[in-house]
Amino acid sequence: MLSKRIIPCLDVRDGKLTKGVKFKGNVDIGDPVEVARQYYEQGADEIVFYDITASSEGRDIMIDVVRRVAETIFIPFSVGGGIRTLEDMRRVILAGAEKVSVNSGAVENPRIITEGAVAFGRQCVVLGMDVKKVEKSAKIPSGYEIVIQGGRKYMGIDALWWAKEAESLGAGEICLNSIDADGTLDGYELDLTHLIASRVSIPVIASGGAGRKEHLLDVLTRAKADAALIASIVHYGTYTIAELKDYLSGNGVKVREVW
Amino acid sequence: MIAIVDYRAGNLTSVARALQHLNVPCVVTDRAEDLRRAERVIFPGVGAAGEAMRNLRGTGLAGCIREVFDSGKPLLGICLGTQVIFEYSEEDNRTECLGIIPGGVRRFPSGMREGGDPLKIPHMGWNRVSLRGAHPVFAGLPENAEFYFVHSYYPAPSNGADVAGETEYGIRFASAVARKNLVAVQFHPEKSGRFGLRILENFSRWDGSHAQ
Repeated sequence: MLSKRIIPCLDVRDGKLTKGVKFKGNVDIGDPVEVARQYYEQGADEIVFYDITASSEGRDIMIDVVRRVAETIFIPFSVGGGIRTLEDMRRVILAGAEKVSVNSGAVENPRIITEGAVAFGRQCVVLGMDVKKVEKSAKIPSGYEIVIQGGRKYMGIDALWWAKEAESLGAGEICLNSIDADGTLDGYELDLTHLIASRVSIPVIASGGAGRKEHLLDVLTRAKADAALIASIVHYGTYTIAELKDYLSGNGVKVREVW
Repeated sequence: MIAIVDYRAGNLTSVARALQHLNVPCVVTDRAEDLRRAERVIFPGVGAAGEAMRNLRGTGLAGCIREVFDSGKPLLGICLGTQVIFEYSEEDNRTECLGIIPGGVRRFPSGMREGGDPLKIPHMGWNRVSLRGAHPVFAGLPENAEFYFVHSYYPAPSNGADVAGETEYGIRFASAVARKNLVAVQFHPEKSGRFGLRILENFSRWDGSHAQ
């Protein structure tokens, strides 16, 4: 039986974590490679890096970070943020990432999904979706709309339609981020997650809102997510990954318990 | 020295990186003489069986893999490398493969369910491998160890004695096979954390004999 995956997400700018990560003992660390190593050793099933660098010099630094991460941890990891071309994807994959995540780049040019799937295999291409709840309308029948630029720009695209479209274009997985829930620590957007996870046949990683261990249980059971993305809940030392997994396992969720 | 076979089937550097981490000398190569000279050979790969077999036949590496197996040299198949070691794969409208292990590679049936929920294909993520008996390459692994899988087709050996480990995903399938000096796994040891590295380390010391 497949385990539900617990995936820490690290935001990186110019090769440094944008927020420090505190581990038990309260040591604050800003090096993405070192933090990735710690999460690897603490039982992360996968790691997501989100590169918010704007400059091209910063992008080269990120490729170097990816290379060093690949020499340090031996579990899958993905890299997203600013991926727009097949060449962007190739650089990240050749540096050692298992998967590459496309978000606004795919909204602007959906063909990038197919090109990536053909070049590297579907399993390498993750569609990142930023979603906001809106009034249901003829244009947005699900009541969830795709947004970009951190939620500032509404794209007039229905989230459910886009998820299914991306699957048919060749995406191997969806990382579904609720902009409404993101940063609230009030729990994942369960309705949105259930809607998408039950209507596509590729895995869905739920993102945004995890603040307590119960939130992970809800999203992995009721909302049918295949994996849960976590950030503050582990970065600030509220729980260790092992504590989260013990809780999930105790509540009947199959997780990877030894590493 | 371990030779990692390069037949244009995906990014093979992850296996090399894992071996470098273990301080095991290795070379990624598409040259027959490197495979003949190596003490051990790893046959990895990601992608589709049809394209992989075209590349293997086109480069002459298909014959080399067979030769490595017949020579008694330790050989480790990973993922697609494991699949093309069988007689055929159902992928790409049936692909004739190397035929080193009797049996075929089948697509997961559609409509598989578990606990009422539909199972997704590919089988992607962490899952257990129930080992059958002791094998030097799988020594020292805890019973509940999990490994990272990504695949839509699964090995179905004809001969039950070739099955070294099994995994449950809707059906029970052979996730590890072993025959003489060959061990082949459907999962990715290079992406399976400490226990995956343990398999690579065990392989780097294995002499190819199958002592129980």
